[in-house]
Amino acid sequence: MTEPLLDIRGLSMDFGGLRAVDDVSLQVLPGEIVALIGPNGAGKTTLFNCVTGVYRPTAGQIRLQPPGLPGRRIDGLAAHRITALGLARTFQNIRLFAGMTVLENVMLGRHCRTTTGLLGAVLKGPGARRQERETVEAAFGMLERVGLAGYADEIAGNLPYGAQRRLEIARALATAPSLLLLDEPAAGMNPQETRELDELIVRLRHELALAILLIEHDMRLVMNISDRIVVLEYGKRIACGTPLEIRNDPKVIEAYLGEDGHA
Amino acid sequence: MPPVTRHLLHAGGLALWFMLLALPLLAVRVDTLHNVVEWRWENLLWVGSGTFALALLWRLRAAWRRSGHLAAAPAAPGRLAAFGTRLFDEPRLYRPVLGAILAAALIFPWLADTYQVNILGLALIFVVLGLGLNITVGLAGLLDLGYIAFFAVGAYCYALLNTRFGLGFWPCLPLGGLAGACCGLLLGFPILRLRGDYLAIVTLGFGSIARIVLENWDEVSGGAQGIAGVARPGLFGAEFGLAGMTTYLYYLLLGLVALTVFVTRRLQHSRVGRAWVALREDEIACAAMGVDVARTKLSAYACGAFWAGLVGVIFAARNTYINPNSFTFMESALVLSIVVLGGMGSIVGVVLAALALVLLPEYLRALAEYRMLVFGAVMVAMMILRPQGLVIARRRRYRREGDA
Ligand SMILES: Nc1ncnc2c1ncn2[C@@H]1O[C@H](COP(=O)(O)OP(=O)(O)OP(=O)(O)O)[C@@H](O)[C@H]1O
Ligand SMILES: [Mg+2]
Repeated sequence: MTEPLLDIRGLSMDFGGLRAVDDVSLQVLPGEIVALIGPNGAGKTTLFNCVTGVYRPTAGQIRLQPPGLPGRRIDGLAAHRITALGLARTFQNIRLFAGMTVLENVMLGRHCRTTTGLLGAVLKGPGARRQERETVEAAFGMLERVGLAGYADEIAGNLPYGAQRRLEIARALATAPSLLLLDEPAAGMNPQETRELDELIVRLRHELALAILLIEHDMRLVMNISDRIVVLEYGKRIACGTPLEIRNDPKVIEAYLGEDGHA
Repeated sequence: MPPVTRHLLHAGGLALWFMLLALPLLAVRVDTLHNVVEWRWENLLWVGSGTFALALLWRLRAAWRRSGHLAAAPAAPGRLAAFGTRLFDEPRLYRPVLGAILAAALIFPWLADTYQVNILGLALIFVVLGLGLNITVGLAGLLDLGYIAFFAVGAYCYALLNTRFGLGFWPCLPLGGLAGACCGLLLGFPILRLRGDYLAIVTLGFGSIARIVLENWDEVSGGAQGIAGVARPGLFGAEFGLAGMTTYLYYLLLGLVALTVFVTRRLQHSRVGRAWVALREDEIACAAMGVDVARTKLSAYACGAFWAGLVGVIFAARNTYINPNSFTFMESALVLSIVVLGGMGSIVGVVLAALALVLLPEYLRALAEYRMLVFGAVMVAMMILRPQGLVIARRRRYRREGDA
């Protein structure tokens, strides 16, 4: 068996008396698309926040094994260092740099892959110029991937909702991750946009050799693209398996899917 | 009620309100010699009738506009705004304008008298301060209410090194900047995790502490008396008269402004500058994009403080005498007003606002005691009419290689 890219063991997170994530274990293999589903307040976003360094987990271990690098524990590490190790995310409540242009948002994703400092920026020598050119080039490339190249100079906050979601993906991709965490990427999208999104996710996985961990309430999207699904309820993992197994799991149907799960 | 009556009533109410507000300031005068109160009702009458007329005009104009009579008018400001953006975007347009302004600034000392050159020099000091604080507040979004402390650090740095150790102006200039930057770092560390109101309170505290230390540390800072006999800057041993020195300092400051604008522009449109703005927009997303938030904040504080330290050295050299009174909260507030009024993050805006806020009170001296009143009114009007500031900072458009 291949080594998991992300290996979460016994993760728990308390907020005061509330245990939002309770002893959850979960693996993501290289190149795999794993969906994380569950009712509202199940602790899905909290799990993302623990993995990406926004919160320091109360208990448990998180290991990241980026391809070609030694594996290491990332729980308790600062958010920006986790990103530098190849883990990028989007946010459930869109967090773009709303006053900056679309292109600048993506350029910011290149921050951790570039090095120009204060002195380099002021002197603007050949090295700094080249790096700036490469940043612009890479950012345009990412915008093309998600179909936003035509909006490069727009102010990000003025984009329509669906486009903002895609811009968040482009910005995350600019950090050159090996694992992408998407928090409800289809929320607020119309059915047409959602269908395009599901093609986009599958295409990105192939083109960039990405593994993807995805939170989503849109069951059609989840069932279509996931290799595996993990179900959370009240912070606990109640099921894990292929889309077919999950669809027919009585526990999951009771807790979450209900009748419309078969839609 | 017919609209005319409503307008009249509204204007009348406003006039009464303003008369009430102006009552203690304009109508009552306590004659301390004869211990009597002198009532100057005619002043109040002026305020009342003036307010009434203005309010009425304003309301009529608004009603007029609503009724569609001015519908065709917006085309003009639209074209003006379009020209404004083109002016900033196209080198063909802004290069000549920039050149003309620079040329005017260069020949200014030969056309104006020493007094004019002197106060323009003071304004240039505040231009540099505004541009420095613009990095911290305007770009990185980190509020700093004690910014003038870094200016004091630069000034005292030079005053002490010069009077105690005989160090000259030129070696002290970079030292003052570095001292400012170091203090910026020192201030930055403890407040890395704070934001909003807390940041305001703590930076305000730092500013006050700096001044209190200067006032009381007699052995080093000379206490409230300050330090006198600071050497003016030299130029290869040349001797200047008073007018010559004023001109020399003016050019020195002009050069510093040019340097500040150049460096700030380079920083603004670089990897570092983008991280500053992103930090202002969303700190959590910023960290998630791999930006070291602590480091970025510290660099913003240090860069902002650097310019204050640098221009502080020039300030000490210009005055030859410094004391803590030059570094009060009023000065911090003035610099912050410059940044806010100019338009957060906009270099052109900050330069214009600095010139306006420093020169306006000078030229309003003719109005004597009402000077600050008028000044305040202009500020309030400005914030009502244009809350985003004089010039709205525009984002740069990047082109990829090979594109036109
Ligand atoms: N910073 C916090 N402080 C206190 N409680 C929190 C915090 N963040 C989340 N919680 C609580 O933890 C629980 C899990 O929240 P979480 O946002 O992880 O749910 P979720 O599964 O993402 O739900 P949704 O589908 O609505 O996004 C909720 O009860 C929430 O109120
Ligand atoms: Mg959530």
